Amino acid sequence: MSDSTTTQLPKDRAAEKGMVNVQIDGHWIQVPRGTRMIEACKIAEKEVPHYCYHPKLSSPGNCRMCLVQMGMPARPAPGEEPTYGDDGYQEIGWMPRPVIACANTVGENMGIRTTGDLVEKCREGVMEFLLINHPLDCPICDQAGECRLQEFSVEHGKGESRFKEDKVKKPKNVKIGPRIRLDDERCIMCSRCIRFMDEVADDPVLGFSERGTHTTVGIYPGRELTNNYGLNTVDICPVGALTSNDFRFQMRTWFLKETDSIDTNCGTGANITIWTRGNKIFRITPRQNDEVNSCWIPDSHRLSYTCPTDDDRLTACLIKADGVHEETCWENALDAAADALKQYDANEIAVIASARQTNEELFMMRTLASELGSDRLAIVARAQTPDEMLVSSDKNPNTTGAKLILDDKNPADKMDAICESIRSGQIKAIVVASEDLTEAAQLTNEDLDNLELIVSLNTSASATAQASDIVFPGASSTEKRGSMINVAGRLQKLNAACIPPGDARVDWEAIRDLINALSGEPSNDTPQSIDQLSEIITKSFDVLNDYTLSKIPNSGVTVIETGVSIPLIDRETARKATGEIVG
Amino acid sequence: MATIKVTRPKLTLLEKIYLPAVIKGLCITFMHAIRSMLGKTPGANENFNSSGLGVTMQYPEQKWDDQLPDYYRGVPALVTDEEQRERCVSCQLCEFICPPKAIAIIPDEIESDDPWAKVEKRPKEFDIDMTRCIYCGMCEEVCPEQAIYLRKDYAMTGLSREDMVNDKKRLYEIGGVRTGLVNKWNEIK
Repeated sequence: MSDSTTTQLPKDRAAEKGMVNVQIDGHWIQVPRGTRMIEACKIAEKEVPHYCYHPKLSSPGNCRMCLVQMGMPARPAPGEEPTYGDDGYQEIGWMPRPVIACANTVGENMGIRTTGDLVEKCREGVMEFLLINHPLDCPICDQAGECRLQEFSVEHGKGESRFKEDKVKKPKNVKIGPRIRLDDERCIMCSRCIRFMDEVADDPVLGFSERGTHTTVGIYPGRELTNNYGLNTVDICPVGALTSNDFRFQMRTWFLKETDSIDTNCGTGANITIWTRGNKIFRITPRQNDEVNSCWIPDSHRLSYTCPTDDDRLTACLIKADGVHEETCWENALDAAADALKQYDANEIAVIASARQTNEELFMMRTLASELGSDRLAIVARAQTPDEMLVSSDKNPNTTGAKLILDDKNPADKMDAICESIRSGQIKAIVVASEDLTEAAQLTNEDLDNLELIVSLNTSASATAQASDIVFPGASSTEKRGSMINVAGRLQKLNAACIPPGDARVDWEAIRDLINALSGEPSNDTPQSIDQLSEIITKSFDVLNDYTLSKIPNSGVTVIETGVSIPLIDRETARKATGEIVG
Repeated sequence: MATIKVTRPKLTLLEKIYLPAVIKGLCITFMHAIRSMLGKTPGANENFNSSGLGVTMQYPEQKWDDQLPDYYRGVPALVTDEEQRERCVSCQLCEFICPPKAIAIIPDEIESDDPWAKVEKRPKEFDIDMTRCIYCGMCEEVCPEQAIYLRKDYAMTGLSREDMVNDKKRLYEIGGVRTGLVNKWNEIK
């Protein structure tokens, strides 16, 4: 070794970067100092099975499933210098007993074995103990198919039980809250739910009672798990002990298709996975995004989604004749709307867009307003009480996007003036998309009756749709592609999990067709696909930085500094900094 | 490649005019006709139980059902236990494994006031589309609760496609009762 740089030992080279050298299954890698052994193994792409460990929660190390073999160099005797091998590492003295990988941190020159006789025997033993009292009701259990116990018992379990005694009886089918059912016999006492409710939801209603083999997870007497984040315990439960009333016995998980999308119930834009079979949504689960929602989502958002199979969905274009809505085809409805709108002067028409629309749809609404010559283009503001966790004070998911796309610092401000003009009769016709004006914009049914013409794009038979002269059926947020910008300025994308029911169309197409019907003949730069539209938008707004729909990463990307932060993420960052959680 | 030369056989005059061979064949047919009139064909014995008109069985007046082996794969159907309890817990494994996707199940929760509420789950609807079923028996093989069996019925008929879909009620009618241990009724478990 003549090269001058190689005189430096690997430990010194790693120390310069704040790293340590760890040997995992025979291979040396560098990981940051203070990394948990289980995370180091994850970096080395070696799987360490575990139940109780969760990066967002503290590590009590109570499931014992993550046992691995560990070794450190022998401690030199007083006065003795450590000796280094040809590769620059000290010889590892392997410990004869295993350690848990989740609660121990790595050290310089440490060795970890995730395979081998000792480790495999340990896993087999732990699995056998966990399965002693576990009921074998996988055909009934909802978790089957995504159950860690099921997976690891295939990999590390015995084929049959040596336990001939009677299994311990525990409470089954306990209603611990309005949305959650608990089956104590299935529980493996990993305590993830207890820690979640204590550390993240800050509502410690769950806890262990009894001891030893009789240990039972239960709810504090007289309390219920009513917390708005309670259903996250169902997601993190590695077995089927906690099940959601909403999804319970609805469908086996292996039939469901997963689509990554974002939640549109508030400005946070929590990342979600939509689980569908055919054209029906079965459940929504949070998708990890450490910048937006960590691994969690509020129950109120999780349970409110629009499904194509809902009863109140609009499935055909409607034209009102003598006060009764009649179904018609798109061509007729578009022509009727264009003809009717042409009867009015530009200053008699208002266009009401929505901050529930995607950037693409808002851009089309802006084009529509300029086609009509109207400068009355507004959105409806929608506020709510924030919960200092994930629920934002803004109930609209895309207010930041609306400000950008409509090029207006506060597009909701114009709404009051529009309402006033509607009441005074100055505005005679409105085009409204994705909004129910009676619900959000302080307009009454009488005000709507004042108007001579209402053209609306709606998903359901709302009061506005009922008052409308021409109704176009639109798509809900789970049925369309598009992008939105959340309160913190993060550009994220929606993906279509279902197709719109019946004749309903994706909103941007409907607005485009209306613009075409108004202008008579489509111009050459009319977008033919959402990707084309997305390209036009990114070219028009420098802020979007060339992030077309296909280029936006799955976890989104921050494009605007709004100065707003998400309280739950702030808390998580603080806990990570103290080393309480891995994060 | 080796070439094999085949020489055409030399035929006699009788062979060349074919008539003797034709007559020989007619004789065999005629003999069989007479024997079957007398009820003496091989199929008339108790093994084949035929009509005596040759080996032909006069279906559907005559059937071979009692001869079907135990492993015969006929119409798939649901079974109950001795006390008329549903064995199926609607785990949907048969729906998953079914190669032609003939099975459609909608699961349901057993109400908590039911004496067997501990079983928790049962099928609300269970449809097997017999226009799709290929009688492969995968559903029987995969069932963890021994609830679905291929029975010996094979004559499924219907006047419409809807008729050919066996619903839960019909499946239990065809399936009948099976005895034997099923763990989910076990109180200890």
